[in-house]
Amino acid sequence: MKTVFAKTAGLTDRVTHYCPGCTHGIIHRLIGEILEEMEIIGKTVGVAPVGCAGFCENYFACDIIGAAHGRAVAVATGAKRAHPDRVVFTYQGDGDGASIGLAETVSAAARGEKLTSIFVNNAIYGMTGGQMAPTTLLGMKTATSPYGRDESMGYPLDLPKLLAQVRGAAYVASVSVDNPQAVREAKKALKKAFQVQLDGLGYSFVSILSTCPTNWGVTPVEALEWVRTKMKPYFALGELKVPAEEGGGEE
Amino acid sequence: MAILMKGNEAIAEAAIQAGCRLFCGYPITPSTEIPEYMAKKMKKAGGTYLQAESEVAAIYMVYGAGAAGARVMSGTSSPGFSLMQEGLSYLFAAEIPCVIADVMRGGPGLGGLGPTQADYFQLTKGGGHGDYHPIVLAPATVQEMIDLTKEAFDLADIYRNPVILAVDGILGQMMEPVEFPGTYKAKILPAKTWAADGCEGRPKNNVISYYLSSEAGEADNLRWGKKMAQMQAAEQRFAELSLDDAEYAFVAFGTSSRITETAIDMLRSEGVKVGLFRPISLWPFPVEGLQKRVPQIKGWMSIELSAGQMVQDVRLAVNGRAPVGFYGRQGGMIPEPEEIVAAFKTQILQGGVQR
Ligand SMILES: Cc1ncc(C[n+]2csc(CCOP(=O)(O)OP(=O)(O)O)c2C)c(N)n1
Ligand code: SF4
Repeated sequence: MKTVFAKTAGLTDRVTHYCPGCTHGIIHRLIGEILEEMEIIGKTVGVAPVGCAGFCENYFACDIIGAAHGRAVAVATGAKRAHPDRVVFTYQGDGDGASIGLAETVSAAARGEKLTSIFVNNAIYGMTGGQMAPTTLLGMKTATSPYGRDESMGYPLDLPKLLAQVRGAAYVASVSVDNPQAVREAKKALKKAFQVQLDGLGYSFVSILSTCPTNWGVTPVEALEWVRTKMKPYFALGELKVPAEEGGGEE
Repeated sequence: MAILMKGNEAIAEAAIQAGCRLFCGYPITPSTEIPEYMAKKMKKAGGTYLQAESEVAAIYMVYGAGAAGARVMSGTSSPGFSLMQEGLSYLFAAEIPCVIADVMRGGPGLGGLGPTQADYFQLTKGGGHGDYHPIVLAPATVQEMIDLTKEAFDLADIYRNPVILAVDGILGQMMEPVEFPGTYKAKILPAKTWAADGCEGRPKNNVISYYLSSEAGEADNLRWGKKMAQMQAAEQRFAELSLDDAEYAFVAFGTSSRITETAIDMLRSEGVKVGLFRPISLWPFPVEGLQKRVPQIKGWMSIELSAGQMVQDVRLAVNGRAPVGFYGRQGGMIPEPEEIVAAFKTQILQGGVQR
C-alpha cells in the first residue's frame, strides 16, 4: 500500500501536551518536516523557551537545550558560536522573545548571529494562565488587563517590523497558520529562514500568528477566526526583509 | 622563565591554555583586562571572543556553549556578577560545566572601583534561587590564579558544575612574576556524552533544568545534594602558614591573606605565636582542615575586605570552642597590617570577643 502521509522523522512519537485547537502543534510539525527534508536533524541544536513550548524537547527529534525565560537567543548564540557548523534555532513565545528577552532578540539580530528564531505570537501569556503579553491587542481582556488593554498599558509590539530595521537580520518574515494556504506559506518562510542560516547570511526570524483558545476563552474554530479578524489587521505580514541578493538589506 | 603579568591577564591566558575557546562577557572595571586579553588572543588561538549585550546575556551564552559541550568562560565584577545569578542557578540545575571569574569591587549598588571581598555570601551560598553551590576557588597570588584557572576547567567538567574564581580587585590588577604553564597537571576527564551538539549517530540529548512533578524535583535535588557532598568531601583546599606551633590563628583569603602575613610577622616579632589558615576553596569551605587546628588554637580571627562574611563560616567550623574575632575594611579600603595587629590585641589577646 502506498503511504500518502506519515509523521515526520523530525518529531518524536510523544503525544504533545498542547491544548486542543492550539496551533503550537502545527508549527512543531512544520519545523519537524523541515529538519527532515533538509536532512539536518542530526546536526541541529534547538533551544526551548519557558512558556507553553517549554517542553518541546520531548517533541523535536534533534538535540535541545532548555533556556531560562527570555534567554533562548543568548543560549542559542553560545551554542552556535561554539559549533558554527551546527544548525541552531530557538522556539519562543511572544512573552519570551518580545518582552523579557527583547534585548537578547534585538542584540542577536544586530550581531547578525547565524541562527534562526521562531517566534510564536498568540497575543497572551499562555503558560502562566492568560496574562497580558507585549503583543496583547488594545481592548483585549486578559487576566492582568481584566477591563481590556488600554493605552496606559502600552501598545502591542510588532517585533518582526522592528527587526526588519536591524542590519544584521538577514531574513524576517511574519506568517500565520490559520488556514491550509497560510500553513504552506508559513512552511516556505521557515524553510527559507533555515536556508539563510545554512548559507551563513545572518540572523533569520519568523514570526507566526498562533492561537490560544484556552486563554482567549473561545473554541478552536473561533480562535482561528480571531487570528484572521483581529490579529492579521494589526501585525505586518509577509516577508519583511529578504537577503541582499534578493534585493533586501541596506546595501 | 618568569614573566611579569597582571592577574586578570593571567586568568585569561591560563584559560586559553586550558582549552577555553569561547569567552562571552561584558566589560566592567576592575575585570576589563580579561575580555581585552581574550579579544586580543582568542582569534589567534582559533577561538571566539564574543561581547554580549549584558551580563545576563553573557551568562546564558556561556550556558548555551557549555550545554553544547564547549570549554567556555566569562569574567566580570560584582554588579555584573549579580546579573549572572539567575544563570548560575540554571547552570547548576542543567549541570553545565563553565568557569566564571568574579573580580570583586565595592558594593552594594554601583559601589566603587576599589577592591573588596564582599561578594563572599553571593559566591559561596548560591547567589541565585534554589539549593545549590558552585565550587569557588580563591587564589592569593597571580601564579595561583594561573594554576587555579586551569584546575577550575577540569573541576567544572568532572562535576558538571559551574566553578567560580573569586578574585579581589587588587589581585586582578596586580602584576607579579609568573611561570607558564604553571604547576597544574591536567586530569583525564569524562567524555561529554550528554552534550547537546547534534545527535548524528547517537540518541538525542536534552540539556534542561525543570521537572514536571514535585517527586522528580525532590529526586533531582537529592541527587545534586549527593554531588555537593562529594565535592565537600574531595575538594576542600587550604594553605597554612606558621600554624604548627601557633596558639592563635588568622583566617584570610586572597589579598587580605597577604596583608595578614605581614601582621603575623609583626606579632611573631613580639613573641605572639600566631599563624594563618588560608581557605583556597571558599566553597566547599575547608572545615576539616580548620577543625584539625581547633584543639591547639586559643583564639581565631577572620580578616576580610567586607563587613564580615566568611567569619560566619569560621564560627561554624570552630563551633564555640574558641573565641572568633573579625576585622575588615569596606568600600575598597584595605587594612594596614598595624590595624590588624591592633584589632587582634583588643579582640583576642585582651578578650574583647566572646566565643
Ligand atoms: C524570570 C521568569 N519570570 C517569569 C516566569 C513565568 N513565566 C513562565 S512562561 C511566561 C510567559 C509565557 O508566555 P509566552 O512567552 O508568550 O509563551 P506562551 O506560553 O504563550 O506560548 C511567564 C511569564 C518565569 N518562568 N521566569
Ligand atoms: S495555553 Fe494556549 S498557548 Fe498554551 S497550549 Fe494551551 S492553547 Fe496553546
